[in-house]
Amino acid sequence: MPEPLVSVEGLKVHFPVRSSGILRRHVADVKAVDGVDLTVYRGETLGLVGESGCGKSTTGLAILRLIEATAGRIEFDGIDVRSLSKRDLRRLRRRMAMIFQDPMASLDPRMSIGDIVAEPLVVHGLAGDRAGRRRRVGELLELVGLNPDHRNRYPHEFSGGQRQRVGIARALATEPDFIVCDEPIAALDVSIQAQVMNLLQDLQDELGLTYLFIAHDLAAVQHFSDRIAVMYLGRIVETASREELYASPKHPYTQALLSAVPIPDPEVERNRRRILLEGDVPSPIDPPSGCNFRTRCPYAFERCPVEDPALEGAEGHLVACHLYDELGVRVRGER
Amino acid sequence: MTEPAAETTVGVVAHRSRLRTTAETVLRNRLAVFGLVILVLLVLVALAAPLIAPYTINEVDVANRLQGPSSQHWFGTDELGRDVFSRVIIASRVSLQVGFVSVGIALGLGVPVGLIAGYYGGRIDSILMRLMDILFSIPAIVLAIAILAALGPDIVNAMIAIGVVYTPIFARITRGSVLTLRDAVFVQAARSIGASDLRIIGNHVFPNVIAPIIVQTSLSLAFAILAEAALSFLGLGVQPPNPAWGRMLSEGRAFFQQAPWMAIFPGLAIFATVFAFNALGDGLRDALDPQQRSIIESRGRS
Repeated sequence: MPEPLVSVEGLKVHFPVRSSGILRRHVADVKAVDGVDLTVYRGETLGLVGESGCGKSTTGLAILRLIEATAGRIEFDGIDVRSLSKRDLRRLRRRMAMIFQDPMASLDPRMSIGDIVAEPLVVHGLAGDRAGRRRRVGELLELVGLNPDHRNRYPHEFSGGQRQRVGIARALATEPDFIVCDEPIAALDVSIQAQVMNLLQDLQDELGLTYLFIAHDLAAVQHFSDRIAVMYLGRIVETASREELYASPKHPYTQALLSAVPIPDPEVERNRRRILLEGDVPSPIDPPSGCNFRTRCPYAFERCPVEDPALEGAEGHLVACHLYDELGVRVRGER
Repeated sequence: MTEPAAETTVGVVAHRSRLRTTAETVLRNRLAVFGLVILVLLVLVALAAPLIAPYTINEVDVANRLQGPSSQHWFGTDELGRDVFSRVIIASRVSLQVGFVSVGIALGLGVPVGLIAGYYGGRIDSILMRLMDILFSIPAIVLAIAILAALGPDIVNAMIAIGVVYTPIFARITRGSVLTLRDAVFVQAARSIGASDLRIIGNHVFPNVIAPIIVQTSLSLAFAILAEAALSFLGLGVQPPNPAWGRMLSEGRAFFQQAPWMAIFPGLAIFATVFAFNALGDGLRDALDPQQRSIIESRGRS
């Protein structure tokens, strides 16, 4: 049984919507994340997939407490992250890191890349004196495939892929156990994406890292994740191992997502049946009652608006849908 | 507490090399070098003023009053026959001092207020910025007069008054720039590696808001010199018969038809100083921006 490194229960992140004017009354909440449960096991990659605005990045930020959660429990290696004092949290940050989507925006334009990579070392007092730090920065730059002699250059002097490598080197500086990768390849050229993915994969093999890999399409996580969690409108709708999810997706939303992935075989591709979802994602300010996917679900029935489906199932394949019983067995037939 | 100590030494070393590259880039900008040369000359003149001035400031010679520029009196004489050149030179001391000290006070108060208000937001922001609004809502000269009335008319008090009057401008400019940075991804990235608020403000926020502050500083130095002139004119700043550029300018106005040199030369002195500050400020702003710096360097290479 693998050991969980990060476990999240009932995570909620609500952003208050305030009225304009001086009173700024609290009128509603944007329920960006509304009850997320997930577990990341040590050494694995959990892919978190969902369309834009479904709360996947917010979930990642909340787990690292870069955004304060409204409710729920976040545990990192047995430590209750939400109850930590500011000081203890800063100390814990040595063990968790984040790689951001836009490598230009995530690097301070006024710092040389050497200083950027050295900063976590300085903050946590690692790698000894100045010479030791210099050596370590050189190692890190080399590790991610950059020339250590370029340490005095500034981020704008590098290409997008190289900048992302700097971001990765910074994340690795403190030898963390856990890294949240927030769409790390989405802002890169297609030709560079594979390089960065391979780099992340190699680093995981070499350093035994645990990743939470956030992406907006299944194709990006397909070759990379051990397990995949699918998110819709602030909730996890399905979690399964990669093989299981691709072979037999259960939730209607997962099925629709998977049907949108092109297959690189013209024969099969021609016969691919695409499930087109009707309508738009409802507003996270006022999500539908019960199952929040029901407004777009082709199988919705009487139970869906009344009762919120729990995320449950057997053998690690969990689904939040009334079409399945608590063991994940389909109880309602196709229409 | 060995960790912060290590931090400081490294910060200083890194800072020094950055200071050198900044200096090199400034020196490549011809206008900035020109401004710098004028400023250095002005400071030297101010320091050596008593040695350079051919007359003392209050050498009254009524027989030679309102004389135009000549070999004896390079800038002519005023209504009491005092040598305008000597007075302009001596006045440079007080004017530069007022400019530096009062803008220094405004920077020292306004920038931290703006950084804290902008970075923390919320209630701290509201309280600090409403205080700044109160200061800002009172007309500058009226506020300065009120401060001087409380402290007594004196050149040091005038500097304090001018400094306080300009504080909200620096606070606002700083806060505005910080607001755009507070949610910047690189600030979040710094937080994600465990950097303290102080470190984030000092190492990531402040260096990125420095450009508008520098521009405002060079403008404010000019305004401060003019504000001192206004206060001195009202008898609240430099006390007669001591000379100040602003005072001389306003006094010279009355004689502009008969003796334009009385106003022109102090006016030119103010103009040269303000111009030098602005030129240097522009050069500094470009030099402190690594992206601009690369452009300047590549231009220099070709």
